[in-house]
Amino acid sequence: MMRYVLSLLAALFMLAAPALAQDTAESDGPLRIEITEGVIEPLPYAVPSFVADTAAASEWADKISRVVASDLNGTGLFREIPAEAHIARISNFSSPVQFSDWKAINAQALITGAVRTEGSGRIVVSFRLYDVFAGQEMGQGLQLVGTEQGWRRIAHKVADQVYSRLTGEDPYFDSRVVFVSEDGPKDARQKRLAIMDYDGANVTYLTDNSSLVLAPRFSPQGDQVLYTSYESGFPRIYVLNVETVGRRVLESQDGTMSFAPRFAPDGQTVVYSLTRGGNTDLYSMQIGSSQSTRLTNAPSIETAPSFSPDGSRMVFESDRSGTPQLYIMPAGGGEAQRISFGQGRYGTPVWSPRGDLIAFTKQSKGRFHIGVMRTDGSEERLLTASFLDEGPTWAPNGRVIMFSRETQGAQGSTSLYSVDITGRNLKQVPTPSGASDPSWSPLQK
Amino acid sequence: MTFLSKAILVTAGLVLAACSNPDRFDESGSASANANASIAGTAQDPTSPLYFQQAVGDRVLFEVDQSNLTPTATATLDGQAQWLMRNSDYNAVIEGHADEQGTREYNVALGARRANSVQEYLITKGVAANRLKVVSYGKERPIEICSEEACYAKNRRAVTVISAGPTS
Repeated sequence: MMRYVLSLLAALFMLAAPALAQDTAESDGPLRIEITEGVIEPLPYAVPSFVADTAAASEWADKISRVVASDLNGTGLFREIPAEAHIARISNFSSPVQFSDWKAINAQALITGAVRTEGSGRIVVSFRLYDVFAGQEMGQGLQLVGTEQGWRRIAHKVADQVYSRLTGEDPYFDSRVVFVSEDGPKDARQKRLAIMDYDGANVTYLTDNSSLVLAPRFSPQGDQVLYTSYESGFPRIYVLNVETVGRRVLESQDGTMSFAPRFAPDGQTVVYSLTRGGNTDLYSMQIGSSQSTRLTNAPSIETAPSFSPDGSRMVFESDRSGTPQLYIMPAGGGEAQRISFGQGRYGTPVWSPRGDLIAFTKQSKGRFHIGVMRTDGSEERLLTASFLDEGPTWAPNGRVIMFSRETQGAQGSTSLYSVDITGRNLKQVPTPSGASDPSWSPLQK
Repeated sequence: MTFLSKAILVTAGLVLAACSNPDRFDESGSASANANASIAGTAQDPTSPLYFQQAVGDRVLFEVDQSNLTPTATATLDGQAQWLMRNSDYNAVIEGHADEQGTREYNVALGARRANSVQEYLITKGVAANRLKVVSYGKERPIEICSEEACYAKNRRAVTVISAGPTS
């Protein structure tokens, strides 16, 4: 049996297994699931409850393995073989695995783990991933250290490792979502900013509901959030520190309204819409200063800017052609190229973190869609359709999109959904009340 | 600040009135007809904000995706301009709104166009520019909540909300 290698990096994981990295050979290569093709048959796997190495650890062992399973199952790419179907137990993490026991229930992959507690509220989780039919471990075992309060993050990191090793994609489970939490009927709706784990756990509120708030956006480091608030009586852009919940107004020119802010990849530059005299144009500002630069100058509406990952260009929405369409221009302003040419109205474009696609909201024939297109506007694909879908945001790995959906009519309510860029695995993200305008954080460090 | 808080109070009053209106689906019942205790004065007193809201008419409606003023709208705004010039103790915040068709950001910009159309018209009719402020709520503050044109038509509006002056 391969000797278990401990990684002693506190609260971090070690990226292991060079043999697996960038492997594209499929014929006799390791167990691998290709998600670009649109998976028809999810990969069956087993994750028996992690072994508790200390009495105090038993509380965490089962919870952590359940969150790992929830992450993997939630992708639609993996199918867990439930514990009731297992014919073997993992009672000792260090003992050799009897692969025949897991072959018999057709588990292609097996995840084993152990949990122990240390003093001062620390949890240590070790895990290994096996390719059952090849009879070998995939990558090296890893050890993760975290706090008891942070136990879900440890679970997400384990699941991220498994996901990456099996798909070859970057992970995304250890991430958060900032969104607008909504209460009350449609004509008296109260809104406040909230933040949660990507899967809807650990919701906390960042503002109270005394002022209308719109469309929060994470900074590239995930430590700050830009949003629009009516706190002053007029829409203005604020920046909020996620840790301290301290906030300050960024743009407050008298007689103007500002909204639709977004960070540049440098985390210093902010682009946004500013309305003066009824006309809305794009501006940029350095977050440390109050000096703004005008990027567009047209009588049309220019809004919803989003940067390319390299920061050189931005995609935005404009009705200069008569209807709202998508355009790309240099980050500092200049000539814009229209990229959307389909039938309908396009809005809220968001550049993928991988740089390859632009997600958008499309309104056509009385229905709303979330779609993606290449950055030149080609290969448009609509992923969803409903009475009102809008405001896409990308998972850190550019494989999943979250958005708002509002139902029709007087009782209409809002909620968050996610969908793969293949259009598969559409599902609601649980929130305590109504929810809209999600913004997905980068992967947490 | 007092100006703002009054404007917000008045707005909040409107929302409450809309909520408690059992006839909100009745097309003939306009929201401005809902008597509303938080607006100062009586409907009989032509110098009161309540008179402005109910007798003069505090709102104009727009076509889908449009911000140009219809003949009905300009008639209402003529009355608003006259009232504002006669009652110079008051200022106004013009709130632009959109229906729920369209994205959130676009609708904020569209509501701003509508509020601006009203502001410019009132200025051309003689109201001092420094008495008028504009704000857009986009699709965030519908008064009618069905997802049909009957409701959308009333939500595509600009409302002139009277507040005590002078503006800051």
